[in-house]
Amino acid sequence: MVPKVLSVRELRKQYGPTIAVDGVSFEVNRNEIVGLLGPNGAGKTSTINMILGVLEPTSGTILVEGDDIATKRSQVLARTNFAAVYAPLPGNLTVIQNLRFFGMIYGVKNLSSRIETLLEQFDLRGFRNTKCGVLSSGEQTRVGLAKALLNNPHLLLLDEPTASLDPSVAREIRLKIREFAAQGDGGVLWTSHNMYEVADVCDRVMFLSHGKILLAGDPRTLPAEHGKDTLEDLFVAVAREPLALERV
Amino acid sequence: MVSLRRTFAILLRQVYLMRGSPARVLPMFAWVAIDMITWGFITKYLNAVSGSGFNFVPSLLGAVLLWDFFVRVMQGVTTTFFEDVWSRNFLNIFATPLSISEYVRGLVLSSIATSSVGLIVMLVLATAVFGLPVFVYGILLIPYLLVLFLFGISLGVIGCGIVLRLGPASEWLIWPIPALISPLVGVFYPLSTLPRWIQYLSRLLPPSYVFENMRNIVLKRANSPSALLMGGALDVVFLLFASWFFGYIYHHAVRTGLIARYSAESLS
Repeated sequence: MVPKVLSVRELRKQYGPTIAVDGVSFEVNRNEIVGLLGPNGAGKTSTINMILGVLEPTSGTILVEGDDIATKRSQVLARTNFAAVYAPLPGNLTVIQNLRFFGMIYGVKNLSSRIETLLEQFDLRGFRNTKCGVLSSGEQTRVGLAKALLNNPHLLLLDEPTASLDPSVAREIRLKIREFAAQGDGGVLWTSHNMYEVADVCDRVMFLSHGKILLAGDPRTLPAEHGKDTLEDLFVAVAREPLALERV
Repeated sequence: MVSLRRTFAILLRQVYLMRGSPARVLPMFAWVAIDMITWGFITKYLNAVSGSGFNFVPSLLGAVLLWDFFVRVMQGVTTTFFEDVWSRNFLNIFATPLSISEYVRGLVLSSIATSSVGLIVMLVLATAVFGLPVFVYGILLIPYLLVLFLFGISLGVIGCGIVLRLGPASEWLIWPIPALISPLVGVFYPLSTLPRWIQYLSRLLPPSYVFENMRNIVLKRANSPSALLMGGALDVVFLLFASWFFGYIYHHAVRTGLIARYSAESLS
């Protein structure tokens, strides 16, 4: 049986008395985009940081294609990548320098050709020798996404990838991510506060509240299943009345 | 398995940063050149006024050259690490297949490249302008440089660990470390000049053995190469401690979430 792209089991992170992530379990399949939703402080970024190996779980396991990140960190992270609005690439390197540097770190084969493909794909050819620090936030986001796809990751983690993009560019980016998920071997874990975007892109969503998965399902049918008109209404309910939803 | 490509990526990043950045290139040779010129003239002046016939160039200018080499090695490690601090790059770099040992090897490789430039500039200036007879040290110049290189690497890695633990502002604790150590290791005077309790401390620091040995050669006193071996042995101890220390701090940062929230400086 082909292992899931991502398999998270009973993941828990506790900082002193504060429980950031409380026994979360979920999976991401091949060619699937899964939305991880929730209000600020719900535990989304902590979950992503644990999957990226920069935060050690208090307990639980994280398997990428069957390999445990705790014991096979380098192998797992070579097949994983991420883009996050709070982790811009170094502004003192040019676009091409950043892509070459991270390409070498990720062990990308035929790196020059891969970089050219991504520059074309993300409309960055004109900025190849521009320092990332002087790019607009939208252009920086595109460079971050190009970096995230450098190694053709099997698991792609996107933390609010379109937060700083105008609607036109955001739509193009969503299209590219959907193409990536549909054509390759990869799966995507996506966080966003834009519920329109989530409904448009994600095959499945999970609502996280106080470190626990409260709801999960198809973003197109989930609101009605919980007596709400839209995904945004459901999000607001999760943020304001999580206990009421737990009883549904 | 260590990937040389990933290690070289750290060096390549430094090359990229230095290209077209005078603020990074100039310190590689300018400050050591100024040191050589200043101390070169001081030694010439001392030669003139002492009237003893004793040549201060090999003992003083040579000591400054060796000490500056150590400082450049240490700062070669720390400044490469600081590039990730300054550009808030920890999340990007530590969420990759790069292992901690590959990262530290990359820091060392960058330090070798930058400190070599400084060493060449110092040797050229000291020998061509001020007549430093480097051959007076003989073959021992190589172990001198090696002992100082290894100590510089160790202190550099320990410094990186301190900054990783205490946050970006703590880099100001790291820059003065060579100045704090300098009086203890007898760069300019014999260890016997120091109070006895400081001498015990000096004996724990590898550079002490280099400078004592160097002075013995210059003054044509009995010289014990085995004392230099003690410096090498202490270097090994410092290297092992530095590796453990950085690994411990890194794992603490991963356990507590400090890596992901580094700019906050602490988790409280």
